[in-house]
Amino acid sequence: MKTIIKGMTLLFALILISCGGKKEEKKDDGFSVQRQKTTTEQPAETPTTDQVKASERVDMTTKGVGPITSVDLAPEIDQTMAAKGKEVYEQMCLACHRVGKKFIGPAPNGILERRTPEWVMNMILNPQEMVQQDPLAKELLQEFNGSPMSNQGLTEDEARAILEYFRTLK
Amino acid sequence: MKIYKQLIMSMGAVLMLVSCGQQNQNSNGALSSSAAEKVYVAPGEQDEYYAFLSGGYSGNLTVYGLPSGRMFKEIPVFSQFPTSGYGYSEETKPMLTTSHGFVPWDDAHHPDISQTNGELDGRWIFINGNNTPRIARISLSTFETEEIIEVPNSAGNHSSSFITENTEYVVAGTRFSVPIPQRDIPINEYKSNFKGSLSFISVDPEHGHMDLKFQLLMPGFNYDLSHPGRGKSHGWFFFTTYNTEEAHTLQEVNASQNDKDFIAAVNWKKIEEYVNNGGGTKMPANYAHNVYDESTHMATTTMKKEVLTVDPLKVPGAVFFLPTPKSPHGCDVDPTGQYIIGNGKLSADLTIHSFDKMIAAIEGEKFDGEAYGIPILKFEDVLAGQVKSGGLGPLHTEFDGKGNAYTTFFISSEVVKWKLGTWEVIDRKPTYYSVGHLMIPGGNSRKPFGKYVVAMNKITKDRYLPTGPEMEHSAQIYDISGEKMELIYDFPTHGEPHYAAGCPAELLAPKSKKIYRLDENKHPYAVTSPTGSKVVREGNEVHVYMSTIRSHFTPDNIEGIKVGDKVYFHITNHEQDFDVPHGFSILGQNTSELLIMPGQTKTSVWEPKQVGVWPFYCTDFCSALHQEMQGYVRVSPANSNMELKWSLGE
Repeated sequence: MKTIIKGMTLLFALILISCGGKKEEKKDDGFSVQRQKTTTEQPAETPTTDQVKASERVDMTTKGVGPITSVDLAPEIDQTMAAKGKEVYEQMCLACHRVGKKFIGPAPNGILERRTPEWVMNMILNPQEMVQQDPLAKELLQEFNGSPMSNQGLTEDEARAILEYFRTLK
Repeated sequence: MKIYKQLIMSMGAVLMLVSCGQQNQNSNGALSSSAAEKVYVAPGEQDEYYAFLSGGYSGNLTVYGLPSGRMFKEIPVFSQFPTSGYGYSEETKPMLTTSHGFVPWDDAHHPDISQTNGELDGRWIFINGNNTPRIARISLSTFETEEIIEVPNSAGNHSSSFITENTEYVVAGTRFSVPIPQRDIPINEYKSNFKGSLSFISVDPEHGHMDLKFQLLMPGFNYDLSHPGRGKSHGWFFFTTYNTEEAHTLQEVNASQNDKDFIAAVNWKKIEEYVNNGGGTKMPANYAHNVYDESTHMATTTMKKEVLTVDPLKVPGAVFFLPTPKSPHGCDVDPTGQYIIGNGKLSADLTIHSFDKMIAAIEGEKFDGEAYGIPILKFEDVLAGQVKSGGLGPLHTEFDGKGNAYTTFFISSEVVKWKLGTWEVIDRKPTYYSVGHLMIPGGNSRKPFGKYVVAMNKITKDRYLPTGPEMEHSAQIYDISGEKMELIYDFPTHGEPHYAAGCPAELLAPKSKKIYRLDENKHPYAVTSPTGSKVVREGNEVHVYMSTIRSHFTPDNIEGIKVGDKVYFHITNHEQDFDVPHGFSILGQNTSELLIMPGQTKTSVWEPKQVGVWPFYCTDFCSALHQEMQGYVRVSPANSNMELKWSLGE
C-alpha cells in the first residue's frame, strides 16, 4: 500500500511537471543545450576529434571489398561514357547524392582525388559488405548518421560509366 | 503475505514436477524424435516444397513451406488487403470490379498450378472465387494476382478452377443451377428452366491471359467438383454432379434421394472443334475482365458483352453421364488418366470408373437411358472397382505416383491409403478433425511428388491453445514415403483452406522476382528520377509525383493543398535492392496504407477534410533512419490562395 501511495505522488508530480512544461512552451523558439564536453561522454569507438572526417580523408591505396580489383583510367575522359554515367546517376543515385553539396550522403565532386577508382566502384556495386568490412566505409556510415548506401543493382558497366561521370565533376 | 508466498512456491514445485513427468513421457521413443527431425528446417535453411493453400472465406491464397508448415505469404486475390494496399490502391481497385460493381471479397476454393504435358510447370496458379463467380490467375514469379475474369451464367463457382494438361483451359463449373439467361421467374419452376453452365476459359500460352471460349449449358444439376483427363484421357473433363433430383428447397433431404448421381464426362476437344468450326450460340452477357500489367503496375477492367454457349445435344458424342453412387463430391483422375474416382460423400465406398471401359461403352452405344437427351452409360459397364474401406464420407483423393491413392473421409476423420487396380486398403490414419481436401504436391497431375500429404481439416477443437470461439483450421502433414503413413506435424492455417496445390521449391525459387526494374517502369505517374518529383494541380485534383529511397520522401514538405482537394499520391520506390519495400500512409486517409516494392509505383488517394499540417510516414521499417522517414502536408481552407509548393531539405 505504501508503495502505491508513493507511486501516486510520483505520478502527480509528473503530471504537474508536464503541465508546467506546456505553459513555457511558447517562450523559446527551438532550444540549445550548454553541455560541457567531457571525455567520458564520448563513445569509445568514435574517432577522436583531431582526426579528419572519413569523407574528407584521402586514401589512394585502399581498393575496398567487392568485385572490382583493378580499373584503368585513360588519360582523357571518355565523354560518351560519362554522359551515359550521368544518365544512370540521375536515375539511381541522385535521391541521396547531390552534385556540389552534402545531402543524405556525400557529394561525388572530387571523389577520385580521395579514393581509388576501385573503391568507388565497389562502394556502388557492393555497399552492404563495404559498410561491414571496409574501415573507411564503416566510418562513413557513422558520419552520415547510419543512413545506408543502397544497393541499386547496377551492372559493372553502369558503375564504370558513373565513375567516368565523376571524373568530370571537380 | 507469507501464505501467498508459500502457496506460490508449492504451486511452482508441483508445476515443475508435472512438467518433468511429461517430458519423460514424451521422449519415450525414436518415433517422436524422428518426426521432429523430418519437419525441422533449421534456422537459415529452406523448405523442400511450396504449398499454396486456398484461404476459403479470406478470399486469398496463402503460401507455406513443406515440411515445416511455416507460412511465407498471404497473396491477396479476391479480397481487399490493407497490408499491401491491394484493392485499395488506385492501380489495384479495378481487379475487384464485377458486373455487380466493386466486390471486395470472395470465397476462394481450389488452386491449381499450370501444367505442360501434364506436369507442373510453375508459371501460374489459378483459383476460383465461389460467391461472385470469378477465376483468378496469379503469377508464380511475382506471387501477385495478375488477372481476374468473371464467369457469367454461373452461381457458386465450385467445380473450378482446374486446368487441362497443357493449360489449354482453366475450367469453371457452376454449383447452383440458375435461369440462363437470368430472369424473373418463380423459384418452383426450377425443373427444365434452370441450367448448369460449365465454362472453358482458354489460357494464352505466352502471357496467360484468360478468355471465356465457350460455355456448355447442362441440365439443372449441381456441379460439385471436376478434374481433367490426362495422358490417355487428355481431351476429356470429368465433373461430379449432385442434386440430380433438381430440388430447389430443403436440399439437405431433397437432393439426397437418388441412389446414384452422375459424373459428367465432357469431351472438350470435340466441343472445341465444334466451336472452332462456327458452332455454338452467342448470348448477350455482361462480365468483367480485369488485367494487371506488370510494366505499368496498373490494372484495367474491360466489360465483356457476349458469351458463346453450347447445347450439349448439338455435339453428338461429346457429353455422357457415368452413374456414381451417393452424391459424389471429389472427382479425381489418377496420374495415368485411366481411373476416374467418384468420392460418394454419403456412402462408405469409393467408386472408380475406367476410362477404357467408358470408351468401349460409348463405342458399343450401351446406354442405360438419357437425362435431358444426354446418354447415361451403364454403371456396371464403366465400373473399374470399388474401395470398401470401412471409412465414412469419402471426399477427395490424391495420388503418389507409385500406384497408390489417398482418400480423405470427412465423417470418420481419416486418410485412407489404397492401391490402384487392386482397390485394397493399405493403411489408414486419423486426422484432427473432420478432414476436407488433402494435397500431395503434384498429386493431381501426371507426375506427383509423393513424399508428403497435407490434410486440411474443418474442425480444430483441442489441437492448439484455445483462442476464443473462433480458431484457425488445423492441417496435418503425413510422411508418405514409406508403406505406412506417419503423422509428423500439425499446423494452423489461415481462413478456411479448401483445396491446395504444391510443387518442389526448385521449380519456383530460382525465378522468384526480387525487384521491379526502375528503367522498365511504365506507370504514367512514375517518377524514375528524383528530379522528376513534382506536384500538379488540375482543378481540385492534385497529383503528387513522389519518390522514396532510404530514408526520405521526395518531396517531404508540400503546401498549397486545400480542404476539398482530392490528392493522389503516386509513389515510386527507387530502391533496386531485394526486400526493401517502403510504405506510405497519411493521417486521416479513408483507405489503407500502400506497400511499394522496389521499382514499383502505387497510388493512394487522400481527401483532406480539416485545415492543418498533417504528417505522412513510411510504414515499413526500412533502415536505421526509418523513424526519420516522414513528411508534412499543409492543408489550407478551401478558399485560400495558397500556391502549391513542394520541397525536400529546404
